[in-house]
Amino acid sequence: MSITASELLAVMASRVLCDDTTVFAGVGVPLLAAALAQQRHAPRLTMVIEGGIIGPRIKPGRLPISTNEMRAGHRAQMLPGITDTFLFAQRGFLDYGFMGGAQIDQYGNVNTSVLGTDYWKPKVRLPGTGGANDIASLCREVIIVTAHERRRFVPKVDFVTSPAWLDGGDSRARSGLRFGGVSRVVTTLGVFGFEPATRRMRVEALHAGVTREQVQDHTGFPLLDAPEITETAPPAADELEMLRALDPERRFLG
Amino acid sequence: MAGEVGDPHLRPADWDFIAARRRLESKAKSASDKLTSVEDAVARVADGDRIAVGGCLFSRTPMALVREILRQHRTRLTLVRNLMCTEGEFMMAAGAVERVMTAWMSIGLPWGVSKIMRHYVESGAVALEEWSHLALGLRFRAAAMGVPFVPSLTMLGSDLVDVGGMKTVIDPYSGESLGAVPALFPEVAILHVHRADRFGNAQIDGYPHMDADIAGAATTVLMTTEEIIPEDETRRHPDRTIIPGFLVDALVHVPFGSYPHECYGLYEADYDHFGDYTSAIDARGPQAVVDYLERYVHAPASYDDYLELFGGERLARQRALARELTA
Repeated sequence: MSITASELLAVMASRVLCDDTTVFAGVGVPLLAAALAQQRHAPRLTMVIEGGIIGPRIKPGRLPISTNEMRAGHRAQMLPGITDTFLFAQRGFLDYGFMGGAQIDQYGNVNTSVLGTDYWKPKVRLPGTGGANDIASLCREVIIVTAHERRRFVPKVDFVTSPAWLDGGDSRARSGLRFGGVSRVVTTLGVFGFEPATRRMRVEALHAGVTREQVQDHTGFPLLDAPEITETAPPAADELEMLRALDPERRFLG
Repeated sequence: MAGEVGDPHLRPADWDFIAARRRLESKAKSASDKLTSVEDAVARVADGDRIAVGGCLFSRTPMALVREILRQHRTRLTLVRNLMCTEGEFMMAAGAVERVMTAWMSIGLPWGVSKIMRHYVESGAVALEEWSHLALGLRFRAAAMGVPFVPSLTMLGSDLVDVGGMKTVIDPYSGESLGAVPALFPEVAILHVHRADRFGNAQIDGYPHMDADIAGAATTVLMTTEEIIPEDETRRHPDRTIIPGFLVDALVHVPFGSYPHECYGLYEADYDHFGDYTSAIDARGPQAVVDYLERYVHAPASYDDYLELFGGERLARQRALARELTA
């Protein structure tokens, strides 16, 4: 069977996670990516879920819909309160955080709050930050995982829900955010990073069959290039097999 | 004015720790029997109150108390909950709330962005004041600590700062600038727990969510419980008590008190019910929620009559699913 966009994202995101680390994972593709990494190359990875869950073992076919329901905490090692769970991240115990978003700009800032220019009179009211702002503020390294669409990759987000590099340069640190920041953006077209001085988004790797022009066509701002642009290895048979076993109902894999 | 709603300086009652402390000092904190009816418990809620809701999203929502607040037609409420679900939609459609404070509102990914939230917030009928998940948790914690704010590294640099009006504070030791997350002292907390004795000493299984901080932050605490246990049982496992009785004002015994939301280990959330509910909204908009409230909130004379609408078979199925997940 052919590979869906969600499968591609889950596999590519799972490869970012190193062993002997901790990851703040939301429901859906991020949780699948973390679970896949744990099974395949990072057995000493600990998952943390914002509803107050440390070290769950996700039950295949019973994937959680929210971050704080029984399914999310299946066979967990600890169920702290929600505030205390985030405080582990504020203290510095969380290496990675996964995020998605309705809008992403060239500095990696994400909007999940409102479309339109007046917060109190929004054109479209979105669900809101949930824990995304906290993950963006407090994890050592944040990875955005998203479908790559021009309407999503905008020059400037309508509202900064989750701060990445703000206006670029050292603006993040100047705002009081002393730690973390978005390190990578994993999309359906490639893997992106940020140029160290300006903090503008740049192309680091393209998925097989994707061209540099195609990526720019799907992006609402000019992308920079990393010194070397590589090609990602396509999802391997064992990666897909493990991933599909986690979501046999295809609730999140599409 | 919606534009002013988010400015905490216009609502010092949110963070005024001195006034909040005085309210508690002048209140009876009796180790007496708190057992009462849901009607009597909710009689303590006034129009215009700020109500903090325990649980999180569709987990351990105090549904029996939410229903009774709607049955008693309270208005001009502010509803505060870290992640807001159908209870927020009910309050919006009933015209009970003018403001909600939350980090996220909808039911969950499979059911999409809440059309009810969109309708009431985009039209300006209800103001949605957004705080980050941790910041809202710290607002309850600061209040439970009895202080006006706690310093934090979260929410800085984002546009959420202007929505809620969070200020910064200079660390007197290092000189670093930190977020000063303001306390939030709600008039009322509504909570649902697994078990409590008649004095209100309460125990929760599974996710504690923010309930203990919410109980400490509020002036008045209304609680429902799946089970009433003998005092001796509390004393045998005092380490399991997370809310002491002297915080609690009214206690009501309500099995399945969160349904159709989940209660950890006891029953799973009724996803089929959510699906039917959102399908009706897709077809008929906010009127579908008004009709839902007529059928599920106003028509049933008692909570047992309400549960009857779901049927014993459905409840038994949800119990079995919960056991399977937490075994």
